[in-house]
Amino acid sequence: MPAPFDLTSTFSQAGIYAVYVLVGAGFGAALEQSGFGRSTKLAAQFYFKDFAMFKVMFTAVITAMVLVFGASALGLLDYRAVYVNETYLWPIIIGGFTLGIGFLVGGLCPGTSLVGASTLKIDAMFFVGGATIGIFVFGETVPYFMDFWTQSYLGRLTVPDWLGLPTGVVVLLIVLMALFMFWGAERIDHKVNGEDPKDAPRARYAAAGGLVLLALVVLAIGQPGTDEYWDAIAGEEQARLDNREVQIHSGELLELMDNGRINLIMLDVRPERDYNQFHIRSARHVPPTRADVEAIVPDLEHVHPQTVIVAMSNDEDLATMAYKTLLANNVINTYILEDGVNGWIEIFGEDAEPRPTKYPEQPSFVFEAALGDRCVASDPDSHEFHLEFESKVELKVAAGPAGGGCG
Amino acid sequence: MTIKPIGPSVRKGKTPNPRPFPNSYAVGVALGVVLFLAVFITGGGLGASGALQNVWAWFERLIAPHHVDTNIYLVKYAGGEAQPLTATIVALGIGVVIGGFLSGLFGRRVYTEIVKGPAISPRTRLLFATLGGILVGFGARFARGCTSSQGLSGSALLSVGSWAFMMAFFAGAFAVSPFIKKLWND
Repeated sequence: MPAPFDLTSTFSQAGIYAVYVLVGAGFGAALEQSGFGRSTKLAAQFYFKDFAMFKVMFTAVITAMVLVFGASALGLLDYRAVYVNETYLWPIIIGGFTLGIGFLVGGLCPGTSLVGASTLKIDAMFFVGGATIGIFVFGETVPYFMDFWTQSYLGRLTVPDWLGLPTGVVVLLIVLMALFMFWGAERIDHKVNGEDPKDAPRARYAAAGGLVLLALVVLAIGQPGTDEYWDAIAGEEQARLDNREVQIHSGELLELMDNGRINLIMLDVRPERDYNQFHIRSARHVPPTRADVEAIVPDLEHVHPQTVIVAMSNDEDLATMAYKTLLANNVINTYILEDGVNGWIEIFGEDAEPRPTKYPEQPSFVFEAALGDRCVASDPDSHEFHLEFESKVELKVAAGPAGGGCG
Repeated sequence: MTIKPIGPSVRKGKTPNPRPFPNSYAVGVALGVVLFLAVFITGGGLGASGALQNVWAWFERLIAPHHVDTNIYLVKYAGGEAQPLTATIVALGIGVVIGGFLSGLFGRRVYTEIVKGPAISPRTRLLFATLGGILVGFGARFARGCTSSQGLSGSALLSVGSWAFMMAFFAGAFAVSPFIKKLWND
């Protein structure tokens, strides 16, 4: 299993606590060594007198980024299971702007004030007190602007998704952008603050080269996609497919349609023409290509926990393709309609004319017109049919991190 | 008001002799590795303001449990059976204090001091530290994360919101910088 690790399976509660204390200690030590416990050093950044804050922050960002996506490219880390701060655009912009003002007024931020206080800096202790007051005020007032605070929600939106660029390209561009900004900062240090660039260690060129090289490697390998994700779970999951543990009978689907406690999502992955001829009522049409199935994954990530997804096609081929794609992309509680829509019509379609099929995934019935869901078989009355079948649906709970960071 | 430098890093009657800070790029790489390890091991990034939030919510529950249970925001942190003090984000915050202290000991920097610009009095500095803290505490919760979580961690993990946060953060600080020059300069 790739990282991140499920700490609860290896450690006790106290052990997990200890892991986080250790990680925090590394963070605190790095901030202290940066000089960030001292407000003057941080504030000097905004008068172009000391670029330490800028250099430390962006060096850390590009180093961590290259390592995270490098580990992901090598299959050591599952990026999808990593908590990525969700985007609430306007609250983030307004909160960030306020934080920026407070940062220069007070000279610190929450993390650095803790470090300052730990080294007995009195101003940092006052800052921690102030921050606690600010947190108190927020907690007491946010119920009055909850609507604003929860608006412009874009979910787990990442820069590569947003720009439509491969992750490796984005990683490389950000590394180059940071290096360009470091070069600019050093120019200002030289011209304004009279620092001799020759005094800076030459090793920084090697480090810059190393980061660019790593970014190029990330770009060359590429991030894992549906194929790699499927390969990682194929051992177990192919057996479940072969043992027909996930192909549900038409009768079970009908039962799910009538079950008010289940949020049922039906995905009809047939060509549009077949869908227009006939489809089960409230089935959503998804064009029968893998890219189209991948495109709906984000819609299925934040569904109600009591959700069952059933993929269907004329027989089972395209539905199985959709099933594998969804499963590989961590969409759980997904099933395939056994014998497909053809099997469904065979049971419920009283007026449909059978017709012979030559190839897989052909409709085996003819309708007099494109009926869509205006047909009894689209939403059969379960009381009229007494079907015997084996129930296969079992709801599972999603795994993965619920939150992180400042959460 | 003057503060005598006292603490483990300074001997009685002597002036402090702190070690110089190492090169910023080198520390940045070290911080990046710590952040990577946090992501690799725990599946989440770093954070700081959340620790203060949890401790405060715990405290507020001690005083007014009913109030916490009926506040749509606070209930998430300390409502009902919630255990705000054993949240992992609090462990992270405790670690930051321990790590900062140990690193400060190594750098001979653990002693009492009011760090301030040359042109203002210690009292003014403490007033503005508190004021800035209030804005930062409020802004950090508003943005759902501070410079550690949204800024550092979210940016490295390529969250769009985190990059928007970074730009807003620098915009806010630069917007106010001309008006409070005196706080930090001669």
